[in-house]
Amino acid sequence: MSSANPKPSAPVLDHDKVADQAGSGSYVANFESKDSALTRFQKFLHKYPVAAPTIVLVFAIIGFSLLVGDRFLHPFNLSLVLQQVTIIGVIGVAQTLIILTAGIDLSVGAIMVLASVVMGRMAIDHGLDAGFALLIGISVGALAGLINGTLITRFKLPPFIATLGSWNVFFALNLWYSKSETIRSQDIANNAPLLQWLGETISFFGARLTYGSLLMLALFFLIWYALNWTAWGRHVYATGDDPAAAKLAGIRTDRILLSVYVLAGVVCAIGAWVLIGRIGSVSPQAGYTTNLDSITAVVIGGCSLFGGRGSIYGTLIGALVVGVFRNGLALAGVDVLWQEFTVGILIIVAVGVDQWIRKGTA
Amino acid sequence: MTAHYDQQPVLQARGLVKRYGSVTAIDHADLTLYPGEILAVIGDNGAGKSSLIKALSGALVPDEGEILLDGQPVHFNSPMQARELGIETVYQNLAVSPALNIADNLFLGRELRKPGILGSVFRMLDKKAMEERAQAKMKELGLMTIQNISQAVESLSGGQRQGVAVARSALFGSKVVIMDEPTAALGVKESRRVLNLIKEVRDRGLPIILISHNMPHVFEVADRIHIHRLGKCAATITPESHTMSEAVAIMTGAMEVDDSSAAA
Ligand SMILES: Nc1ncnc2c1ncn2[C@@H]1O[C@H](COP(=O)(O)OP(=O)(O)OP(=O)(O)O)[C@@H](O)[C@H]1O
Ligand SMILES: [Mg+2]
Repeated sequence: MSSANPKPSAPVLDHDKVADQAGSGSYVANFESKDSALTRFQKFLHKYPVAAPTIVLVFAIIGFSLLVGDRFLHPFNLSLVLQQVTIIGVIGVAQTLIILTAGIDLSVGAIMVLASVVMGRMAIDHGLDAGFALLIGISVGALAGLINGTLITRFKLPPFIATLGSWNVFFALNLWYSKSETIRSQDIANNAPLLQWLGETISFFGARLTYGSLLMLALFFLIWYALNWTAWGRHVYATGDDPAAAKLAGIRTDRILLSVYVLAGVVCAIGAWVLIGRIGSVSPQAGYTTNLDSITAVVIGGCSLFGGRGSIYGTLIGALVVGVFRNGLALAGVDVLWQEFTVGILIIVAVGVDQWIRKGTA
Repeated sequence: MTAHYDQQPVLQARGLVKRYGSVTAIDHADLTLYPGEILAVIGDNGAGKSSLIKALSGALVPDEGEILLDGQPVHFNSPMQARELGIETVYQNLAVSPALNIADNLFLGRELRKPGILGSVFRMLDKKAMEERAQAKMKELGLMTIQNISQAVESLSGGQRQGVAVARSALFGSKVVIMDEPTAALGVKESRRVLNLIKEVRDRGLPIILISHNMPHVFEVADRIHIHRLGKCAATITPESHTMSEAVAIMTGAMEVDDSSAAA
């Protein structure tokens, strides 16, 4: 019984070692040291993961309204930002669920496009009722999620690798099934207007909201409820936080993971419907940046890539931050390449802040 | 409350075996727990103590042997099944979720839902009820130095986290509480608090299996001591029948015991 005292930084995780009881009482005091202002800020950010992106969003809005004036703050422009982030937002919901379990899904964009192609072809080429075509598309999304989830839970593949593979597979299937052809907006409008319905707008006070944006907000609310007010949600957090502990607490973590991937697939398929509404047509090439954009929104929104930490509305704010920067910089006449540059910096800063926050309270 | 050795054992293991490849972690081990007692389990690192109690708590399925609860054979395929029958475990690695708050942790896997349609259709959690019950339990166990029941467990000290894990077992355990090294890695003051908690739980009538490497702790709280060696029970003694150094000698194999049921 000669093992050293556990280090102050990890008093509990060191449990498997035999602690020498004598003299280890002193580190307890370390927990109650006086905090500097910076440490307090760090703790505040740790307790409220959404605080950091919210601060960024507020400053960005103030900054751009000073920079480009009233044009930026006009309700029409703000509702445009909301429209521009709708797809990232919806797919971000799916990505948040997965990142909360300490996973990552590189196939979300491919699932969305595949589902949109299925919806379009079912309704236009096969002449099915549009509502039925939507249901089939959503089932395809669920199936795609089930495949990802099975690879991860049953075959124990790391999510990154499993979804890297399925991304390619889904994308290839999408090209094959669509024959790489676009379904024209006009054909959809004539034969299956329901598919475009989410692109319709309602106006008030000069703002123009699409049904798609409203659906996105509804999705955020629904998933927020599920994560925070149901046992399933607690189990999602627990699974991402410490899967071994969750298992010992009696949670069937594999089932939770599977349910998360299937739900993410369904949300991606709903994103497909939003996508058709937004661009009008069905294109096998559409939205292929959505993958990385969704991860960007989640990360900027304060979710930890290590799982178990973060909140769903953080992702909404993260998506809005990206939207506001793109829109504001465009209005200010800045070249697109600098918009990408800025978003890149935001990601790096967000992950850096996350690391800093975690280090402070580990 | 004193132990009742004339009564039927609450929990009994007979001839348990668990192999990990070529390693035999449990080698035909027996264990008997009587109502109202604290049974300490001691043994060297790797003797198979954790494996044994994992078999008793459903966290691993033994290859051979049987487990009797109140004299009835039981089979656990998951920790949940053991918990449903009233066996609660505080695992060596604690098994709390650091990012969740105290109340969430206490009720993890056994959440309460709101009554009526909110609970049955909308599956809404009854956070208030859970917080109140958590608060009451923490108070009862003298753990109310923790100010806020909705603070994340990671913001607690090691001893407080241990307290949360103990409180969870006391909240739900109706038959047996098993604790795997609950005072390891704790300071003197915090160990003391956890030991008091353990006695508190025993005095409420719950028998406890306590694994520890700390001989003074074991000799202070245990009614009987099960000495584990090379995957099985080498002897069962009491703090009165043997000294600490004799216990260590049995544990390390330096001393043979012929009457291993001396204390039972
Ligand atoms: N999951 C596992 N896979 C392989 N071997 C294992 C596993 N768990 C335990 N063992 C082996 O079983 C034996 C008993 O381990 P166990 O954890 O039960 O010991 P212990 O008595 O609790 O030790 P300690 O005092 O260090 O906690 C060890 O040799 C260990 O290496
Ligand atoms: Mg052990």
